[in-house]
Amino acid sequence: MDATSQTIPGEEIEEPAVSKPWLVSLLDLIRQQPLGAAGAFIVIIMVFLAVFANLVAPFDPIVNDYGSMHIPPDGTHWLGTDQFGRDVLSRLIYGARTALVVGFVSAFIGATAGLVLGVSSAYFGGLFDLIFQRVMDVFMAFPLIILALAVVSIFGTGVENLIIAITIPFIPRCARVVRSSALSIREIPYVDAARALGFSHRRIILRHMVPNVMAPYLIMITAFVGQAILLEASLTFLGLGVQEPTPAWGLMLQGGAEEYAESAPWMAIFPGLAISLAVFGFNLFGDALRDVLDPKLRSQ
Amino acid sequence: MYQYIVKRLLLVIPTLFGAAVLVFLLLRLIPGDICDMRLAGEGGLVDEETLNTCRAVMGIDKSLWLQFVDFIWGFIRFDLGISMWTGQPISYEIGLRFHLSLQVAIMATVASIIIAIPLGTISAIKQNTWIDYFVRAFSIAGIAIPSFWLGIIIILGLLITTQYFSGTPWMPPIQFKPIWEDPMHNLSQLLWPAIATGYRYSAVATRMTRSTLLEVLREDYVRTARAKGLLEKVIINRHALKNAMLPVVTVIGIEFAFLMGGLVVTEQVFNLNGLGKLFVESVDHHDFTLTQALVMVVVTIFVFTNLIVDIFYAWLDPRIRYS
Repeated sequence: MDATSQTIPGEEIEEPAVSKPWLVSLLDLIRQQPLGAAGAFIVIIMVFLAVFANLVAPFDPIVNDYGSMHIPPDGTHWLGTDQFGRDVLSRLIYGARTALVVGFVSAFIGATAGLVLGVSSAYFGGLFDLIFQRVMDVFMAFPLIILALAVVSIFGTGVENLIIAITIPFIPRCARVVRSSALSIREIPYVDAARALGFSHRRIILRHMVPNVMAPYLIMITAFVGQAILLEASLTFLGLGVQEPTPAWGLMLQGGAEEYAESAPWMAIFPGLAISLAVFGFNLFGDALRDVLDPKLRSQ
Repeated sequence: MYQYIVKRLLLVIPTLFGAAVLVFLLLRLIPGDICDMRLAGEGGLVDEETLNTCRAVMGIDKSLWLQFVDFIWGFIRFDLGISMWTGQPISYEIGLRFHLSLQVAIMATVASIIIAIPLGTISAIKQNTWIDYFVRAFSIAGIAIPSFWLGIIIILGLLITTQYFSGTPWMPPIQFKPIWEDPMHNLSQLLWPAIATGYRYSAVATRMTRSTLLEVLREDYVRTARAKGLLEKVIINRHALKNAMLPVVTVIGIEFAFLMGGLVVTEQVFNLNGLGKLFVESVDHHDFTLTQALVMVVVTIFVFTNLIVDIFYAWLDPRIRYS
């Protein structure tokens, strides 16, 4: 999976603001949504580091160097080295790539599947809707981490399976939200008009209803990216996600960080900061996005 | 109202049944079973016959249908069965750890209330000032910071500060003692995980307090109270906050149900022998009966908490009953 191709959903979102000269609208945005702008800033930096990891990272993130184990942060190793002599900063930068790939892919697939299912459920209504809702209830009743844990134990560990494990719990969460917006759209006359014109169900759902629930969909995606990064880190920390030697933030906390917490605290501190900052950035950005796209929710 | 409750209660059945089907099938899809784990776990070779006797003892040689019927029949009678790994009744295994998890969950909820309500209130009163931005950033950070990392940092902080002040590093005790036997020991063990999880759960409640309070402060009766010349303190405490509390209490209630499942990671970090750890172990051991039972317990708690919240809401707001 290529990290660059996955940055599109995040970038797209900023477009609507640009109509005045870009610098002016940028300053407007910062003044109106200072927290959102800060979030966008963090997200952009993270995407940049992930895409250009091979150019930015000072060391190889995978090769062990037993001559330089547990070096505290200094001039060469800015954030120190781990128990295998690997540079913590370089592993963090490459870890951003893993986190973003998992985050974007699972958020995108999960939200899109939820979008299609949610709109279909609202459109068809009746028995289909009733059964579908009960199935969603079942998935919603499962705590997220427990569902992910079960999926990982079936399919095994590794990045692809981790993505599956994280995607599945997202689907009902998005479907539920999208369904409730789609229910009101179904009542609008243009849907009747489209039906009267004899369009197929598929066409009405995809061309007439889906574009009108884009706001909740985009909001869900940004919220999911943050959650996915956190979930990826948690599952990896439990030993159920990404495996060595792939650089991943959760793995850096698992692999000895606890054991060496006292003698080499940098190993435990920096990966956690990276996770927190990334999720923080996406959440701030998502909040601001919700304010802009959905005025009804503005007070929340 | 009576009709509404009956309708909602009936909806619980398909959800619980669906969850049972889901967990049952998921577990049967996991490659390997408890006999492989126990007998061939260390890489030793075992002949087919021994494995088959073991499977017969565990009851996993029966057809899937029979196993499923057994599981559901047991669940209906509140008989959770016997753990395949330890051979003890599951209710006993859960009972051993329930106290610890419940106590951490309650303490975490209390911690989150103590953090959320004052912060949310200040944030709403000082809307769009730097205090508001700070509180919002603080609460979003609560969602962003992984609780397991916060746990590691808390342990690290304890080690370093105690080392600095007393010369010997101090760690929270490992052995669990009920609070009525040794309150100091108990609290010094469970306070830290409660803070680590509580901070995380306070985030949602803080945001809820802020947003509902902002709505309430725009209501006419608040304007009337202001016009009467009441003290701002009285307006906030007596008039606004009381009316803003309902959604906040709901959120806290729902989170409490989630907490039981959400403790999985925290218990791992603090090395607590609670339900979350039991769950991870049961998955590791392929202890189907135990995993099934634990999932069903968590799902049942969750479904019924939701039900209570819904009924409570319907009771307060008649519009919901008829929709």
